[in-house]
Amino acid sequence: MTGLFLVFFALLAVAFAALVLTQRQPMRAALALVGLMVSLAAIYACLGAHVVAVFQILIYVGAVMVFMVYTIMLLDERDRSCSRPFSRLAGPALLVALLVAAAFWLLLGELPTSAPAAAAATDLFGFTAFSVAFMKQYWFHFELATVLLLIGILAAWTALREGRDG
Amino acid sequence: MDRYQFLVALAGLLFSMGLLGVVIRRNLLVVMMCLEIMLNAAVLSFVTFAVRGQTLSGVAMTFFIYVAASCEIALAMAIVVLLVKRNGSLDLSAHQDLKG
Repeated sequence: MTGLFLVFFALLAVAFAALVLTQRQPMRAALALVGLMVSLAAIYACLGAHVVAVFQILIYVGAVMVFMVYTIMLLDERDRSCSRPFSRLAGPALLVALLVAAAFWLLLGELPTSAPAAAAATDLFGFTAFSVAFMKQYWFHFELATVLLLIGILAAWTALREGRDG
Repeated sequence: MDRYQFLVALAGLLFSMGLLGVVIRRNLLVVMMCLEIMLNAAVLSFVTFAVRGQTLSGVAMTFFIYVAASCEIALAMAIVVLLVKRNGSLDLSAHQDLKG
């Protein structure tokens, strides 16, 4: 049953990704991207990685995409990039993308089909186990991530202030 | 093909589609969205390998990818707003005077 759900959400994810590429209006592309991220969150939930599924919904759909939608609403939609959405490089780019996909497919053959012996049946990706293990092993990286977030806020603020001052 | 191979193939396909979008789309915002598709493909492969090997490191890496993505989108949207304010268009070809 999980396999069926995986295939269903994978097909849904690919369909939404195709919509992001083909929609002319940025708002419709953003909504398709939200659909893609929700599909990926469902795949993570099917795999048992509930922490990542919740991160995906909270951070990507709840923060990143809402921020992007705000920006789209702030800017004018009647832009010339909406009437002519594709560049002249569409043909060669499609060829390169097909080559990249073929390279991934070839690399896939190197991946062993059988999974390694599963560890003891602990719920490693449940909230409690993940949080305890994460803060034991990665506490320093966590602190660095907070510094990176602070730098990101300062950089965005500085960029907007510089733009306002000319 | 077992389900882990299937998911790695899906990650490769999504990455290729994101790369295609970055090159062929002219709208700055849609290009940013295609970059997010590529990041999501990387996250999917990290999670797949973490679940397959029952290790924490892959899932921890996704946490740091989410942090980097949040910083990236905050800074990128500020830059997009400034560029549109300066050149009056979301079209990438309107920003060809950018250097560096």
